[in-house]
Amino acid sequence: MAPAPNRFPDRAVAWLAEVAFLFRKEVLALFKDPANRIILFAPAFIQTLLFGYGAILDLQHVPYALLDQSRGQAASELIARLDGTGVFSRQATLNNTNQIAPLIDRQKVLMAITIPADFDRRLASGEDAPVQVVFDGRNSTTAGSAAAYVASVVQAFNASRKGVQGVTVVRRAWFNPNLESRWQILPAMIATLSMLQTMLLAALSVAREREQGTFDQLLVTPMTPLQILVGKALPSIVVGLLQSTIVLLIVLLWFRVPMSGSPFLLYFGLLCFNIASVGIGMTLSAFALNMQQAMLFSFMLIMPLTLLSGMLTPIRNMPLVLQYVTYVNPLRFGVAIVRRVYLEGAGLGEIAPNFLPLLAVAAVTLPLSAWLFRHRLA
Amino acid sequence: MSTAAAPSDAVGDLTVACEGLRKVFNGPDGKPFDAVHDLSFSLRAGTISALVGPDGAGKTTLMRMLTGLLKADGGTLKVLGIDVAAHPQAVQDRISYMPQRFGLYEDLSVQENLDLYADLHGVPQDVRAERFKRMLEMTDMARFTGRAAGNLSGGMKQKLGLACTLVRVPDLLLLDEPSVGVDPLSRRDLWEIIEQLIESDGLSVLVSTAYMDEAERCDEVLVMDHGRLLAQDTPTEITARARGLTYLASPAPGTPARDLQARLIDAPDRVIDAVPRGGAVRFIRQPDTPVERLGDLLQGRPVEERGEELEDAFMLLLRQHNAGGKPDAIHEAASQDALVSPAAPDQTEGENVIHVRDLVRRFGDFTAVANTSFDVRRGEIFGLLGPNGAGKTTTFRMLCGLLPATSGTLEVAGVNLRRARAEARRRIGYVAQKFSLYANISVRENLEFFGGAYGLRGPALKQRVQTIVEQFGLDPAATSGALPHGYRQRLAMAAGLVHEPEILFLDEPTSGIDPLARRAFWRTITSLSQSGVTVIVTTHFMEEAEYCDRIAIQDAGHMLALGTPQEVREQAGGDSVDDMNEAFIAIVEQGRAHDAEEKTAA
Repeated sequence: MAPAPNRFPDRAVAWLAEVAFLFRKEVLALFKDPANRIILFAPAFIQTLLFGYGAILDLQHVPYALLDQSRGQAASELIARLDGTGVFSRQATLNNTNQIAPLIDRQKVLMAITIPADFDRRLASGEDAPVQVVFDGRNSTTAGSAAAYVASVVQAFNASRKGVQGVTVVRRAWFNPNLESRWQILPAMIATLSMLQTMLLAALSVAREREQGTFDQLLVTPMTPLQILVGKALPSIVVGLLQSTIVLLIVLLWFRVPMSGSPFLLYFGLLCFNIASVGIGMTLSAFALNMQQAMLFSFMLIMPLTLLSGMLTPIRNMPLVLQYVTYVNPLRFGVAIVRRVYLEGAGLGEIAPNFLPLLAVAAVTLPLSAWLFRHRLA
Repeated sequence: MSTAAAPSDAVGDLTVACEGLRKVFNGPDGKPFDAVHDLSFSLRAGTISALVGPDGAGKTTLMRMLTGLLKADGGTLKVLGIDVAAHPQAVQDRISYMPQRFGLYEDLSVQENLDLYADLHGVPQDVRAERFKRMLEMTDMARFTGRAAGNLSGGMKQKLGLACTLVRVPDLLLLDEPSVGVDPLSRRDLWEIIEQLIESDGLSVLVSTAYMDEAERCDEVLVMDHGRLLAQDTPTEITARARGLTYLASPAPGTPARDLQARLIDAPDRVIDAVPRGGAVRFIRQPDTPVERLGDLLQGRPVEERGEELEDAFMLLLRQHNAGGKPDAIHEAASQDALVSPAAPDQTEGENVIHVRDLVRRFGDFTAVANTSFDVRRGEIFGLLGPNGAGKTTTFRMLCGLLPATSGTLEVAGVNLRRARAEARRRIGYVAQKFSLYANISVRENLEFFGGAYGLRGPALKQRVQTIVEQFGLDPAATSGALPHGYRQRLAMAAGLVHEPEILFLDEPTSGIDPLARRAFWRTITSLSQSGVTVIVTTHFMEEAEYCDRIAIQDAGHMLALGTPQEVREQAGGDSVDDMNEAFIAIVEQGRAHDAEEKTAA
């Protein structure tokens, strides 16, 4: 029998050594399987590329149709300006208004611009010269952006015709000068993508052992619930950080989104965020009676967590009740920390409030899961 | 139906006919081996045949080939006169097959499961009502039709599985180890159902089993080992092969029969097999060794001849088949003497290491364990026996500290493990049911993990893992999940013993393993006990009670008997009962009758 150490430093070393054995076992069990090795890292890689290329809210190549009934010089100039933005691409040049509806119905074009026959005459005589733009409202976000773009082009056109410098708005977007949505989404993926898998990994860790019967074997060892918790949570946290690193490198080196903040602060934020999401995963895991339940619980959670994170939609647009709900969502604060450090170069002092909810979530879920190890009985 | 189209030549009343049948699998080490090797036999219609053999004999592989679920790699196979390889569906339309783990839908009720299987087999509606009624009556489950299958006990699940298999009357019924993990009472019920059906429906049956008493009830027995057929004959003829080789020896007074049994089984060149039974040791000598030459092993203890049994012949066949081959499990196990350094000091002999008083465990309003009290002394082998759902696993889990008791006192090595500081748990070892270990890491990694979890580190750990790997004959680099069953069991034992515990808990360690592996397992336990380790073991193999110093029999949460195997046999009905199975059934039935009386009185 191994002698039980009594003095404090020896006890601490023994304590850590036991945790290290569990950590090693978990890592081995995780990485020995070649399929696991791929599953843990390939999706992060592929999904980052997918989001980088696929989830783009910016307007590019908006298809439109033109019905120019005036055929005058002013009309041509306006059209040249539209085509010159690079945002719009003309798909059809129409002859009469009846042609508009079918194109929009079949989503061939997002908008149709009609320049009336008297356009040039009205302009020349200094009257109002309306231009009609029909949008496909089924895609309201894009239609809205396109409308704003058209308006700004028309405004510039007006200004140049009058030859006077009126009041002009000069836009300058901080932190994302060209307001590229890729800049908004990709850094957020550093937190989001890693959460999907770390939570699932943590959720399966205890549930798998319960299902296979090894958890009892673990519980009868002298290890305390705290040791089991640490030994089981650490591998998930490490995997989470590795995944974040993959995403970070792709965002930085492939998509070339420049990082303004400190990498140390970024990783400190990610660490706290990962601890909180692993805490949720471990609680699900300790509560679930088998792997199927654990998996179901995590999939049920991941969707609302993502939706309520502010990654794609601003939290301040949500109903007040939902805004309160987001306070228990680690992803909200994970995304906030990563974005602010990455894009804005924020310091610890500025983002400190974001750490409080993360630590609160971890402080509740981790002890809860450790308690459940012994008290959740099949 | 495709049956009509299939060529069905008139082999008449043969249900199975095969010639040179062969099946190759890849072993855990990646090398191909013959799971079924050059098998030729036939079975007659209207008979019941038993397929017996140790683990890995090829029984399940053969069954699956008969059903057409597995394609043979060579030879011919006809079932009901139809070539299985060419027309598997035609065969499947006429046979019923109950695999080892029958696919009951656990969330569906008993009735819904029956309906589902009737639908799957296309049983006409007008036949169903009568068939269901009969099956439910026979299985005694008419009361439970509304209960979810998942909430049935193990024995009931098997009965329901059988009922679902028999929703229609097949031309051939294949049962793959239907009684594995089923207690003696449910086992008896199961066989009564099968025999009734043979009588009334004229069924032809092939059943694989690990129980010789079951094989004895059949018309014919097929003995298989390592993919080969060793014998096919009536039980009487096969039994006759062991004639004149079987003896009974009595141990010295005051010593456990298992010590004498261990001496005998450790001499494989002279003794084929030895098991403790009824306080004595039954053994089989090698045909070329006269009993006089066993004097050194018997040490002057009296020996008498006894009648041979099917199990004796079975062991003889297996030994003869394995002779000259690789060393078998038992005698490797024999080298495991002094598994644990003899740590237990003599002066503590007889001291209670486990103390249980008025232990109660309730789940809601269901009492799983009621007012149970017992003690276990240091160095004892203590057996918890009982049918499925008797409360023995619940008791066991409370002892190990995995489950809190509702009330009562419970001390293991002086502490309640559930509330004890982690240190107290260093003194116990635990081997879980099904030998759960981390499957995708190696043997060494598993052992190092458990050693580390128990506080071993550095060179001490390396040394200890090395020692135990050698003692159990394990390959440290092998992946745990790829080990054959017998080796998985050894690894589980090794993991439970890596920290040299004083008390070892084993939950159903012999469930689902064959007679050879079971003997090897008990040989290890005997060695452990000799070196002073206290062993607590649950089992539903009643004959294994003979290896224990004392046993407790539980049923429906109540302790029905407690004492040495001899005392328990006496309680069951005196000297006439030398078979633990009978003793068990008698005691459980006495207990249930007593219960019923109390209920009517109240």
